[in-house]
Amino acid sequence: MNLINTFFNVPVLLGSMPQLLWGLVVTLQIGITSILIGLAGGLFLAVARLYAPAFVKGVIRVYIDIFRSIPLLVLLIVVYYALPFVGIRLSAFFSAVTALSLVSAAYTAEIFRAGIEAIPHGQFEASEALGLSNRYTMVDVILPQAVRIVIPPLTNNCINVMKDTALASVVAMPDLLKQATQAQALAANPTPLIGAAIIYVLLLWPMVAVVARLEKHFGRGKR
Amino acid sequence: MLTPQTPFISIRNLTKAYGTFTVLHGIDLDIAEGEVVCVIGPSGSGKSTLIRCINHLEAFEPQSRIIVDGIAVEPGPALAKVRAEVGMVFQSFNLFPHMTVLRNVMLAPMRVRKTPEADAERKARELLARVGISEQADKYPGQLSGGQQQRVAIARALAMEPRVLLFDEPTSALDPEMVGEVLDVMRKLAGTGVTMVIVTHEMGFARQVADRVIFMDGGRLVETGTPTDIFDTPKEERTRGFLRAVLNH
Repeated sequence: MNLINTFFNVPVLLGSMPQLLWGLVVTLQIGITSILIGLAGGLFLAVARLYAPAFVKGVIRVYIDIFRSIPLLVLLIVVYYALPFVGIRLSAFFSAVTALSLVSAAYTAEIFRAGIEAIPHGQFEASEALGLSNRYTMVDVILPQAVRIVIPPLTNNCINVMKDTALASVVAMPDLLKQATQAQALAANPTPLIGAAIIYVLLLWPMVAVVARLEKHFGRGKR
Repeated sequence: MLTPQTPFISIRNLTKAYGTFTVLHGIDLDIAEGEVVCVIGPSGSGKSTLIRCINHLEAFEPQSRIIVDGIAVEPGPALAKVRAEVGMVFQSFNLFPHMTVLRNVMLAPMRVRKTPEADAERKARELLARVGISEQADKYPGQLSGGQQQRVAIARALAMEPRVLLFDEPTSALDPEMVGEVLDVMRKLAGTGVTMVIVTHEMGFARQVADRVIFMDGGRLVETGTPTDIFDTPKEERTRGFLRAVLNH
């Protein structure tokens, strides 16, 4: 009974619910913005890495390696607390979006690269032989085929970005986790934290299930 | 046999090496407009590499020179012009699997020649009829047999109205019963005035259709002549040995 009152206290949960839902809205804003920027940036990096001059290719490779190595929390704190020393002051929202997008773009670039490399070389040769420009080769021939291959890993990456939005609470962003910790302090009861955890799971479970189904679908060789 | 005045395709000192392994040893070859040339030879003799250099799918050594219809084949903006004039048919078809047969044929004219969609579609249907597969226009390549796919690939190459068609072992990936239907289409094409360079193992076809047969071995042109020259009175021992091996079984 005591346990239920502590972790699943219904009055406390109902009382904190509006606050949690506002947090959810902020989490979704950060997550979706970062996912979209990361997708666009990653696609750009992957295609540029294919066609750009050697020097630019090198720069892109270094970018991808660095942002896949750096812990997101460290990057976020650098963006929010260190950049102001050189005059770059980003709001908590933009700091979170910047850090998440930079990292997501690096992972997305690798995913797209793998997808493009999975397309048989003959597809590039046939396009070349027909006189198609690099742009049309990508847009009409390669990417439509690559997208089907990369959808499962891309969805996985989106899930990771959504989960990592919780780190934004570190820079005082009123996201779902931050709202939950505040509500917990206010009520002197951890139920809001449990509520937040449940909301995260409800949000991401369907995406996880979708990935599993897609992987099964594409894994059957149905391309 | 045609005797070229100004060659339509001129190949000079064509050399190609992968690291220390030389695939082509300074090949010289002229091909006249409208000529049908069949290239034969054992695998690894460099015959596919030779025709893949003509549209620069393979890069070659800088001292080599290929000119197609007055345009030098080299990386740069002129290459697109060469490729628009030079169609290619591959051993493995290389159709675009995510597009219908019709779309496969329409794509390049719409993108490269900026042909309006309606015109491209009319032309594509015409070509599909010409290669005998108009009923399959709305299917996807994966739903067709190998022979049908290769005929679509020929229609796709023809859609650009090329002046040269390169065939890279077009029937080698086909089940035996489908070879004939593809060769029939190619035979009809040979009468239309388009220049054709065909790498093939189909000796009967080469004898019947070629204006000139080239026998390659070890990255060199060993012997060149009319089909009668090559198949009935080959001069080189290596040619005789190869023909003995492929014809006597």
